[in-house]
Amino acid sequence: MSALIDGRAAAPLVNASRFRAAHEGEWDRLDQLVTRMEKRSVRALSEDDILALPLLYRSALSSLSVARETSLDRALVTYLEQLCTRAYFQLYGVPDTATRQLARFFARDWPLSVQALWRETLICLILTVAGVVAGWWLVATDPSWYYSIIPDAMSGGRDPSASAETLRATIYGPQEGGGLATFAAYLFTHNSQVAIFAFALGFAFTVPTVLLLVYNGLTLGAMLCLFAQKGLGLNFLGWLTIHGSTEMFAIILAGAAGMKIGTAVAFPGRYERTEAAVIAGRSAAIAMAGVVLMLLVAGLLEGIGRQTVQSDAMRYGIGLAALAGWLTYYYLPRRAEGQDALAA
Amino acid sequence: MRWRRNRAPKAPASLRRSFVTPEGVDLRLELASAGTRASAFILDILILFISLILGTILLGLLGIAQARAEIFLILWLVGAFMLRNGWFILFEMGGRGATPGKRLLGLRVVARDGGRLTGGAVIARNALREIEVFLPLSFLGMQASQGAADGFLTLFALCWTGIFLFFPLFNRDRLRVGDLLAGTWVVNNVRAKLGADLVAARAEQPRRIFSDAALDLYGIYELQTLENVLRGGQDDAIVTVAATIRRKAGLPDDGDDYGFLSDYYAALCARLERAMLVGRRREDKHATTGRR
Repeated sequence: MSALIDGRAAAPLVNASRFRAAHEGEWDRLDQLVTRMEKRSVRALSEDDILALPLLYRSALSSLSVARETSLDRALVTYLEQLCTRAYFQLYGVPDTATRQLARFFARDWPLSVQALWRETLICLILTVAGVVAGWWLVATDPSWYYSIIPDAMSGGRDPSASAETLRATIYGPQEGGGLATFAAYLFTHNSQVAIFAFALGFAFTVPTVLLLVYNGLTLGAMLCLFAQKGLGLNFLGWLTIHGSTEMFAIILAGAAGMKIGTAVAFPGRYERTEAAVIAGRSAAIAMAGVVLMLLVAGLLEGIGRQTVQSDAMRYGIGLAALAGWLTYYYLPRRAEGQDALAA
Repeated sequence: MRWRRNRAPKAPASLRRSFVTPEGVDLRLELASAGTRASAFILDILILFISLILGTILLGLLGIAQARAEIFLILWLVGAFMLRNGWFILFEMGGRGATPGKRLLGLRVVARDGGRLTGGAVIARNALREIEVFLPLSFLGMQASQGAADGFLTLFALCWTGIFLFFPLFNRDRLRVGDLLAGTWVVNNVRAKLGADLVAARAEQPRRIFSDAALDLYGIYELQTLENVLRGGQDDAIVTVAATIRRKAGLPDDGDDYGFLSDYYAALCARLERAMLVGRRREDKHATTGRR
């Protein structure tokens, strides 16, 4: 048996070759359009290109189906698979433009996701209040508890041994060292990082989130009790309220977001476990992004407003107004989904 | 449980996943391997660190020049925060669905259900990076800086990191905890060039004719292996494969290995394709030529 060499034999034109010859132009054009979209955005395409895109995409998809059934040329099938995948994600998977996403976030996604957390928010509020009461009670019965609740670095001289005058000086008068704005920036980044942890840890066990909230309440209660014993309770509360109303609210929301995920994983209800986690995760993450923005506001209020606004009435006023603002923004009834595309 | 010995060597666990488009075509996405994803992450972290260092130096120079340290300190604090949290989120929210590191390696973040990649999903998958990587790292760093790295705590941090870091290796879809929660996965999204048509390339030249018996030796699997060898173009592989085929088919050596293989490929391809069109698909050399 031998392999003859025959120059006159008809070319073994296989299906794949004919197929390539017929469609290669379309594939090339689609490839170019998708590449341009990947490099820049859909705006890089002309009107003709945009009209042609879905047609080219569908014809590439049908080429892929045909090639899989009739062709043995693996390079061709691989090429078409990758081309179709890239085109698919440019047509279906790409998020909205940044401005539209931002608009949607402020108009709908953020308040709605916070609204959806109302049950968890209530629980977190109760936990925080319980912490405050416990902190107050502990320090009121035995002042030495104060030292175990509040670390030295945080107290900064505000402890039971300090006189009423020193305590008064910490909430009124100029802040030592200056650098108000730096302080604000530091607080913002630090608190945000803590809030992100509270959110992420919620997925892990939910327990750390609860502990964090209770501890947060404990420190507040202990400090309140300390100042109240020196007759400065209301003054301290005012000093705290100006930024605290926003900050505490934000921390409670972060805890609620974490708790939502933790409970969705533990008690998925009607859904499959991962499915429940995904639904909770996506909406809680949006609330989380909002929390970071709230903390930015809190940081500004704290760093700049707290020491420059000296009157108690103003402090309460600003703090309560901020709280009222957040509550209205979040919980004011909104139109049901689907209707508010025009309202936004 | 029933034990069964595989006759043929088992193919490695595939990262291909069925993914049906609304048009009803299965794209068979290929998930990114854990190694590629780790490399992409390390690349991103490197770029992050370099930008942070460059930014610090730049701000330092500006700060000294204008002696307004406070503003630059604020810029640094907020800038560092944005870099740490915003880098992954902002890039993945963009049209490419990939950070620069992922882009360099041809990866892309995709919603598992095939829909749009929403902002919420991107934030969720990246916020969890905090407990997967940054929490134990900063914890270890803190311990080390205090010079009091408690043995037990260090061990705990290492275990924690281990669980989350190697999580992708323990599930078949290579999901991070963040991916699990956000409903995303990371797929290969490379640009392939359409290789030359091996059959058409030989069509113009005089070619060898093979007997049916010689062409009946192999099936589709061998054909595509041969395609890889031809496209790879490695001389020693071509010599070996050509020798094997000649020995099996009992053909004399005519000294042109590449030409021989190309012709054999074209002839086998035409034959298998013709059989396929009438419903006889021969997967590999072990399969008989009959109807499936």
